[in-house]
Amino acid sequence: MFKVFWSVLHRDLLLAVRRRTDVLTTLVFFVIVVSLFPLGVGTERAVLRVLGPGVAWVAALLSSMLALERLFAADYEDGTLEQLLLTDQPLVLLTLAKIAAHWLLTGLPLVLIAPLVGMQYHLTDSAITVMMMSLLLGTPVLSLIGAIGAALTLGLRGGGILLALLILPLYIPVLVYGAGAVTVGAVALGEARLYLTLLAAFLVAALALAPFACAAALRISIE
Amino acid sequence: MLQVAKLECRRGDRLLFCGLDFQIEAGTLLHVRGRNGSGKTTLLRILCGLFTQDDGEVRWKGESIRTLAEDFRRDLLYLGHLNGIKDDLTGVENLRLATTLDGDRVGRDALWAALRRIGLAGFEDLPTRMLSQGQKKRVALTRLILSRAPLWVLDEPFTALDLDAVNLLQELIATHVAAGGLAVLTTHQTVPLTSGQARHLDLGA
Repeated sequence: MFKVFWSVLHRDLLLAVRRRTDVLTTLVFFVIVVSLFPLGVGTERAVLRVLGPGVAWVAALLSSMLALERLFAADYEDGTLEQLLLTDQPLVLLTLAKIAAHWLLTGLPLVLIAPLVGMQYHLTDSAITVMMMSLLLGTPVLSLIGAIGAALTLGLRGGGILLALLILPLYIPVLVYGAGAVTVGAVALGEARLYLTLLAAFLVAALALAPFACAAALRISIE
Repeated sequence: MLQVAKLECRRGDRLLFCGLDFQIEAGTLLHVRGRNGSGKTTLLRILCGLFTQDDGEVRWKGESIRTLAEDFRRDLLYLGHLNGIKDDLTGVENLRLATTLDGDRVGRDALWAALRRIGLAGFEDLPTRMLSQGQKKRVALTRLILSRAPLWVLDEPFTALDLDAVNLLQELIATHVAAGGLAVLTTHQTVPLTSGQARHLDLGA
């Protein structure tokens, strides 16, 4: 069973390596959006410190969104998705593998680049630590919830916009607590623990429910 | 073995077929015929459980394929209009993934041998993006050589193939049916059988 999970994960990572532009787009988009704000609102230290956490999180939300549309679309177009649906392996496991690959390619790079964003916004070291932790806990939730939307809008005309309308409202709790954690973490590291625990709870809930919803949505969409 | 009872399917307002009943036993080739748009592909997708019929039931070994779910899919091999291969992966990689997902452990040598048999010697480790349409189809068809599934559902398997590949595919299907397998296919080609029985189903007649 683990072998099947691994082979789908491995396939998606291999495809991403062979087609690097798709992965880089997300990351470059994130960096650009984050860099635009200081240019627009000025370089005042105090202002940037206040804006930083929110901007980083909104940018993370949007860039995660950007890659979602392709999550199942490529497999849908070349017929590999229907072959995945026709194997005797549990579809939940296969979708989880695809979501894991999506997170490794679009979520994890954001976590790793977060210190750079923190420096740009003059965040304190403790705030940067909290930002990395909150992104580490929050971005998988974005991938998991987003995958449901991607599966539901699969094969629809204008699916991209519909996906955004469907998914962005569901991202709000993650945004609130993710950005909240960083803001609080700037003052006292300990205080952020509560926010991070809540994010972890979101992650556990999403891990438990989203793959099932996603698998069901895929079966509907393929018809 | 495969039984279809009172199958009815509509697409929009149009009735594709209704009251469709047939049963095929082991060692049978079912040739689904009909005009373009008569519902051949839809019927095949219903047989695989990819599409939900409006009424009626498909049974495998006496049980509904909806109840059997994974147990049915283990016995099934479906090749549709789409090849189901990744353009950025090589033939060997595509095939390895497909066999792993089918739950088969196929060695490296067997994969290469299968690709050579289907006439792709020298192309095994090229990304399938570089291959021609017919060669891509051949990569997809290589699964037939490696598969142990008793039920094959093939939608227009002969399109884009050259004469050699057509002969090989006919031979593969004949061997499968002779060994007690079932095959359901749509094609405008005839498939000569060495043993077993061939049946026809005409849609939209």
